[in-house]
Amino acid sequence: MILTDLTILQAHQGLKKKEFSATELCRAYFNNIESTNKEIFAFLALREDRALSEAKKADDLIACAQDFPILTGIPIAVKDNILVEGTKCTAASKMLENYVAPYDATVVKKLKKQGAVILGKTNLDEFAMGSSTENSWFGPTRNPNDLTRVPGGSSGGSAASVAGKMALAALGSDTGGSIRLPASFCGVVGLKPTYGAVSRFGLMAFASSLDQIGPITKTVEDAKIVFEAIKGKDKMDSTSVESQFPINNFQFSIKDLRIGVPKEYFVKGIDPEVEKIIGAAIKKYGEVGAEIIEVSLPHTEYALPAYYIINPSEASANLARYDGIRYGYSEVQNPKSKIQNLLDVYMETRGKGFGAEVRRRIMLGTYALSSGYYEAYYKRAQKVRTKVIEDFNNAFKKVDLIFTPTSPVLPFKIGEKIDDPLAMYLVDVYTVSINLAGLPALSVPCSGAGKLPVGLQIIGKPFEENKIFEAGKICEY
Amino acid sequence: MITKEEVQHIAALARLSITKKEEGKFRQDLSAILDYIEKLKKVDITETKETSHPLLVKNIFRKDEVAKTAQNLLKQAPVTQDDYIKVKSILK
Repeated sequence: MILTDLTILQAHQGLKKKEFSATELCRAYFNNIESTNKEIFAFLALREDRALSEAKKADDLIACAQDFPILTGIPIAVKDNILVEGTKCTAASKMLENYVAPYDATVVKKLKKQGAVILGKTNLDEFAMGSSTENSWFGPTRNPNDLTRVPGGSSGGSAASVAGKMALAALGSDTGGSIRLPASFCGVVGLKPTYGAVSRFGLMAFASSLDQIGPITKTVEDAKIVFEAIKGKDKMDSTSVESQFPINNFQFSIKDLRIGVPKEYFVKGIDPEVEKIIGAAIKKYGEVGAEIIEVSLPHTEYALPAYYIINPSEASANLARYDGIRYGYSEVQNPKSKIQNLLDVYMETRGKGFGAEVRRRIMLGTYALSSGYYEAYYKRAQKVRTKVIEDFNNAFKKVDLIFTPTSPVLPFKIGEKIDDPLAMYLVDVYTVSINLAGLPALSVPCSGAGKLPVGLQIIGKPFEENKIFEAGKICEY
Repeated sequence: MITKEEVQHIAALARLSITKKEEGKFRQDLSAILDYIEKLKKVDITETKETSHPLLVKNIFRKDEVAKTAQNLLKQAPVTQDDYIKVKSILK
């Protein structure tokens, strides 16, 4: 038995039957990390000693308990914009290169409570801004399926850690596709939960009306397990809510399932290979009894430009906190610096601490929110956001789920789009509208893809993750 | 196309320094993105209300109580004095 080939469910059963220990499972992952992380660079930081002591604690529990939580002893990686107390949390930015998390994010607290083992922190685009994980201050992550290609972003390190068998599951964050795109590019499963389903406390704020934390796993069943563990209302996040929908034991019949396919997603710009594979996957659902219905989301082409106003606007406000005064990189500590007053501290700290893409977005947001432009940009984008939401509401009157490709393109070469920010933004064309509308969506790998994976995106109504999971499992057969 | 002066003006509003060398690239990138965003003018929004948040959010109040000491947060600041964070002069 190769321990790192097991799913969460299989590993849990193995631990229960005492076929192996949590310590052995944890060591198996660190062995893989040691041999693979150098070329893939999924992890920015490892917490080997602490992880092994967490595994030991799990083994102690397993030794004396009949029953233990499903994540006990399960090795999990965490994106480096989610706080794990006492461990560095860098957001892949020079700004936070030496920042040590002073507390646990709620999601991390929940994982630890179940006895999960936190292996380390994974690479991302700086402050989660990007679609390729090339914007990391520490260097790019590589796609385990083809080392010359990007893993997608911004949770590229998390997706690559699971695809490269360096973690059994991982947490990512998704503001405009940052869980689903890397899941698609790396050939693993990724869920962006309904906005509010998972607490954002301890996630570094990027665009607060769009951000959600979610799981990246090997299988849909595993995604469901991790989602169940991290979801729920949290008093530390006033936007979190308790879902009334049951995750298990609810009525699901493929014969009653109405699947919507939006015609606007299959137009110019989609790679013919992606179109073919997604078409075949959808056809398979028809063959097993689901009803396939063409739907229209007429404002699809306006979702991306609206997103690229709303996202940078919120980011420019959220990232104002990195000022060289309270924490993080500061020019005050640079002996060669010529700073004289407080304004110099702000300007020089932020100019040197942030990379190009982060500064681009802060400037874009500042511009869109500035006096005289607010109505023309920000307010207009918020109204288009309403239109995008209305499109989904109308479509969901006729269907239960909506199926689309996760990405219009296959994983691209490292360096291919890095100098052209607009080309990079266009990779998110199928994912951003889901964040604007706050909906849940899963990316699941399609069979029939070649060496480079293709992800099917399954979009549901708010808090109907359960339906998404059941439908997603069919894609895995 | 926005001008180099506008780029420096926006950077100053955002409290970011950008070097002379970077000015041209930022000008080009921001202009391309702003041109793309122009697309939104084609959407009829006369009757539409803004959405700022996907959920109906309400203010939730709780007591402002100290849960943890501030010491581990103060430790992260670059310059402190007693229990204060020290900053450079604001007024001349």
